[in-house]
Amino acid sequence: MSVESVFPQLEALLPHVQKPIQYVGGELNSTVKDWNSCDVRWALMYPDAYEVGLPNQGVMILYEVLNEREGVLAERTYSVWPDLEELMRQHNVPQFTVDSHRPVSAFDVFGVSFSTELGYTNLLTALDLAGIPLDAADRTEDHPVVVAGGHAAFNPEPIADFIDCAVIGDGEQAVLDMTEIIRAWKAEGRPGGRDELLFRLARTGSVYVPKFYDVEYLADGRISRVVPNRSGVPWRVSKHTVMDLDEWPYPKQPLVPLAETVHERMSVEIFRGCTRGCRFCQAGMITRPVRERSITGIGEMVDKGLKATGFEEVGLLSLSSADHTEIGDIAKGLADRYEEDKIGLSLPSTRVDAFNIDLANELTRNGRRSGLTFAPEGGSERIRKVINKMVSEEDLIRTVATAYGNGWRQVKLYFMCGLPTETDDDVLQIADMATKVIAKGREVSGKNDIRCTVSIGGFVPKPHTPFQWAPQLSAEETDARLEKLRDKIRGDKKYGRSIGFRYHDGKPGIVEGLLSRGDRRVGAVIRAVYEDGGRFDGWREHFSYDRWMQCAERTLPAFGLDVDWYTTRERTYEEVLPWDHLDSGLDKDWLWEDWQDSLDETEVEDCRWTPCFDCGVCPQMQTEIQIGPTGRKLLPLSVK
Amino acid sequence: MQRIRLRYTKRGRLRFTSHRDFQRAFERALRRAEVPMAYSAGFTPHPKVSYANAAPTGTGSEAEYLEIQLTAARDPEKLRALLDESLPAGLDVIDAVEARTSGLADRLQASVWEIRLDQVAPAEAERAVAAFLEADTVEVERRTKNGLRTFDTRAAVARLEAFPPPSDRPGDGGCAILRLVVRHLTPAVRPDDVLSGLRATADLAPPVPAAVTRLAQGLLDEESGTVTDPLAPDREAAQAAPTAAAELTAAMAPEGPA
Ligand code: SF4
Repeated sequence: MSVESVFPQLEALLPHVQKPIQYVGGELNSTVKDWNSCDVRWALMYPDAYEVGLPNQGVMILYEVLNEREGVLAERTYSVWPDLEELMRQHNVPQFTVDSHRPVSAFDVFGVSFSTELGYTNLLTALDLAGIPLDAADRTEDHPVVVAGGHAAFNPEPIADFIDCAVIGDGEQAVLDMTEIIRAWKAEGRPGGRDELLFRLARTGSVYVPKFYDVEYLADGRISRVVPNRSGVPWRVSKHTVMDLDEWPYPKQPLVPLAETVHERMSVEIFRGCTRGCRFCQAGMITRPVRERSITGIGEMVDKGLKATGFEEVGLLSLSSADHTEIGDIAKGLADRYEEDKIGLSLPSTRVDAFNIDLANELTRNGRRSGLTFAPEGGSERIRKVINKMVSEEDLIRTVATAYGNGWRQVKLYFMCGLPTETDDDVLQIADMATKVIAKGREVSGKNDIRCTVSIGGFVPKPHTPFQWAPQLSAEETDARLEKLRDKIRGDKKYGRSIGFRYHDGKPGIVEGLLSRGDRRVGAVIRAVYEDGGRFDGWREHFSYDRWMQCAERTLPAFGLDVDWYTTRERTYEEVLPWDHLDSGLDKDWLWEDWQDSLDETEVEDCRWTPCFDCGVCPQMQTEIQIGPTGRKLLPLSVK
Repeated sequence: MQRIRLRYTKRGRLRFTSHRDFQRAFERALRRAEVPMAYSAGFTPHPKVSYANAAPTGTGSEAEYLEIQLTAARDPEKLRALLDESLPAGLDVIDAVEARTSGLADRLQASVWEIRLDQVAPAEAERAVAAFLEADTVEVERRTKNGLRTFDTRAAVARLEAFPPPSDRPGDGGCAILRLVVRHLTPAVRPDDVLSGLRATADLAPPVPAAVTRLAQGLLDEESGTVTDPLAPDREAAQAAPTAAAELTAAMAPEGPA
């Protein structure tokens, strides 16, 4: 079967849309393989605009891993903006890949990576534009297998009706394993049709196929149990974990877009996982254990990546980059190596307690000491114990003082509002912390023009974390608390003008909460919102809280439920949670104990440096902590 | 310190590259090709590149120009090949000369454009062109950052002709090709303004968007309405007196980092 490019039809529409360059592909390091010489074809999607989706590391890695394989091709597709969507509908142009502009419906697999739940409506838009039935049940053998991945896939229940399967955990090996199963099934002449293929995927125990599981409910709306409805389908589906990151040095050739995107840098993941145990952090919980890339592996990736891209900045990525056992040597080594080349270095996520100002100074050797970001997350000592973010105010002030003393002018502090057990007082203490930071900063720098920005967002309880049972704070209460804080900061005569205050209202958090801890019944809300025109929910200018609430009011009463039931309701130990059959490795009893410890304000150490605290992941997933130091050094590169 | 002038294209789908997008892509290509660029001073140093008169987003071009400043001499042709390879296909670097004269920008007096009108009969295009050329002024409106403005397009047009398509590229439903020579005036008159002018004077309304390509830029010969290569004076000067820089580069093979 030959599949034509839809570019000629698309091309006629491009003069009429914003930023047409995002739809034409042809990025440096992109790959177009011969359609007919491949037998398994993936369309990979990041369900947001190109400018956000293109730099996504997950998609970039899978794109390369798949394209490196003989007989396998992968192309990328992103959400089209509403202006193009309208034209595509008028002119019958289907959802296309940017690489060779083939219709998404022509591929064997349509893989969608969800970093956040706010991409769900965009999934429906893409399916519909692709001509793929929204309901998985209506698809035939000719439609691609729709697979969800990414962090949000750890609870795919709200989109269970729309996807064929979900893969949780690291994708590198998982996509290759799926590819082999699909290849074999196609080679055999597609025996048993779509169901047989899905069954072959499901029986591995590492691909979740929602249709093979029945959800049974209690009279009060809670789930009574989730059972496989077919023999050979395992009761629980496990996450994938890639060990030894040095064996997976991807992306080797990062894509360099022509269009402007949100991150334009050579990113290297320096380790995966985090065991600090911050109780609110889903990423930290579901990516255990910690697996470091070696200092030499990092050095090589940076070198090759810069050569392949010409980027002027290197980003050292991870959940908490300063925690790498050899971060000092890495930063210094890279700074030395690229001193002449005007290459900037950045550590996008760092923690105040691990952060060391020497490191920050190293990263900014060539000037630009503008701003440093710290994330104490909680305003009071008490609430920081609840969330297990172990940093004392004293430590923070000391670190910040050093920063101002070293010439940094601006410090940004990140917090959350709506944490379990939180009171107004916990949040108001954020203002006290900010004033102390300014006071100390003025003292050590001898200057009055230093600034501190407080940035605060609403907390959303997430599956597979100790807070998965917690009640979420309502939007109204969140907003009221934030207003009090704002008034307190603004009212401060002496320091108020030096403190910036940025916050998000509580409304988007409620929708995120509904989707994060939702079950299959929430799918009706997502569908209604999509049909009502909901798109790009991660974008302030497109997001409509009212639309979500109206659609929820139309759909949830049929189940005897409402939004509060999913968000502000506290769950009990006995309750079957919608994602219990998806195994992140974390022991549910351990999570419950940690939740109880949290309520008692008891902290837990990091298992990287202290004995294992039995969260369950390592024995369950047959993995282990993998950290340095290796004692090796970043070698200076020979002649350039 | 050496300055090199380059001619580059925006072909095929990459004609949708905006000028800003091109700038970023070009600066990255410079890094990948390890060109010894001169940098501006300051906190965020930028490589010294001057761009001239970029074609609007969405129009193709065979004749875009820029000039770069190097800290060490390079052979222009080798540099061109290196940069061409480093840029995505479609953004092709097709000519390079060492700058020996001043005022490249001043030599870009006019552009030659090819406008492909699908589903327009050549005879209809010819009639519209004749009407346009006959008029003394052709006022059109364009939305700019400062709101709607009205200006004349006729005075800027040095030459305008309509042709049937070359026989190897017949379009179904007919197709006409316009060849347009426009003086670079202020406010700039762009090919789409001339198309608006054709609509205003002769009701020419192509059913599909026109495919527009800049074929050349340079000095305008008013008499013949032709445009000459703006890099020619540099080339002539180089032939007359090869610089020490060029000799040095030749003597220092192997060349650069390639
Ligand atoms: S099982 Fe033990 S060592 Fe492994 S991540 Fe959990 S607490 Fe850490």
